[in-house]
Amino acid sequence: MAINRKVMAYRRANGKVGVRNHVIILPVDDISNACVEKVAAMVPGTLPLPHAYGRLQFGEDLDLHFRTMIGTGRNPNVAAVIVIGIEPGWTQKIVDGIKETGKPVQGFAIERRGDLQTACDAARVAQKFLQDASEIQRTQCDFKDLYITVKCGESDTTTGLSSCPTVGNVIDKHCDAGFASFGETSELTGGEHIVKAKAANKEVEAKFTAMFDDYQKLVFDQKAGTDLSESQPTKGNIIGGLTTIEEKALGNIEKLGKRTKFIDALKPAEEPKKGPGLYFMDTSSAAAEAVTLWMASGGVIHLFPTGQGNVIGNPVEPVIKLTGNPITVKTMSEHIDQDVSAILRGEMTIDEAGDQLIEIITRTANGRLTCAEALGHKEYVMTKLYRSA
Amino acid sequence: MIQFLVHDKKDSVGVAVVDVKAGQELSGRSLDTNENLKAKATQDIPLGHKIALKDLKVGDNVIKYGVEVGRVVAPVKTGEHVHVHNVKTKRWA
Repeated sequence: MAINRKVMAYRRANGKVGVRNHVIILPVDDISNACVEKVAAMVPGTLPLPHAYGRLQFGEDLDLHFRTMIGTGRNPNVAAVIVIGIEPGWTQKIVDGIKETGKPVQGFAIERRGDLQTACDAARVAQKFLQDASEIQRTQCDFKDLYITVKCGESDTTTGLSSCPTVGNVIDKHCDAGFASFGETSELTGGEHIVKAKAANKEVEAKFTAMFDDYQKLVFDQKAGTDLSESQPTKGNIIGGLTTIEEKALGNIEKLGKRTKFIDALKPAEEPKKGPGLYFMDTSSAAAEAVTLWMASGGVIHLFPTGQGNVIGNPVEPVIKLTGNPITVKTMSEHIDQDVSAILRGEMTIDEAGDQLIEIITRTANGRLTCAEALGHKEYVMTKLYRSA
Repeated sequence: MIQFLVHDKKDSVGVAVVDVKAGQELSGRSLDTNENLKAKATQDIPLGHKIALKDLKVGDNVIKYGVEVGRVVAPVKTGEHVHVHNVKTKRWA
């Protein structure tokens, strides 16, 4: 089965399909944020992406930083990129990684010029990129070419009953022909046997198991005598009726669908490269960190079930939120793109909710802003694995 | 109108889908078998919180989605509110 729909989207030079057309101003490191903001102020309409890290990182942590930076620039929702770093070496490395996609990209380094000269030089190029991007037309693309990512947040028991299975229904309908990814490694605790059974083969299962066990070790090494109650599940989860990490995990896993197998286990921010299908990605369960990693892997639309009302957005990858909690629908309606509370009343089936979500994805891909976009949510958060050197 | 849902026929708890008051007779549904179910709440149970479908003693596993989701740390009678005051994680303890 596949979703035989068309969307009006942006087909990039490398064939990938995007649903937004951003010109981004990307800092290599924390100390280049101010210069990046100056460029965006001179050329309104570009998208600055300030963040907290990028200096003196090393090893796997540095690899992840580069993967996230380069992946952000490569994302099909991005038309063109200005990269600004304190020095030229790492700046050029990021430019080169983005350049492979064939999109316009240019790097600028601050040392020996200062913020003001660098910002002026970069702004001239940013202006050209922005005007050129404004001429790119949406064209008819296949729905199946949308790389969709999924993660829930501020879950409660209604997510496992309604919004997560709604996403799972879309996964089952999309993944025979389309790309998708799930993750939240620590939030599979208690249901990892169910996830392992969904691996496409023994090799994928072993890859997943190694990532899962590694995250469990991290939790046990760092938790220092506590049972993580109040952190995982969160205070919000507990108010919503979730009691343990196991219960939370079982609701979370509903997003994987009933019959779809996953075909690879990706490192954080790694691009899926084994063709259409569902991919596991090793991520934290914190919303802004995790969605940033998926965006950097190339995700163009994110589906986000919530119970108590997580308000997250991402600057590059539109986040569609759905909830089945009638209190959240009533008190936080400006954040909710799809209300599936009728499932709890027995007035809507999961299959109907899934079809409705496919319609909302289509409209979002065609250009309709999500609630998070309209409200200006632009959470762009690096995952840092350990202290810098 | 239903007041609670149960994921799996093996489950020892159901989920209130409306705010429930102590003493209320409840109609529910199994998402597994689609059969209609009955229960009586003996305590107030907020929307989204769990109701015990059987008596549970200390050390018992709590079953939801047909699998273990925690262990009982204080005795629970049928119809009572099941949450952090009587159930803890088995995994990150």
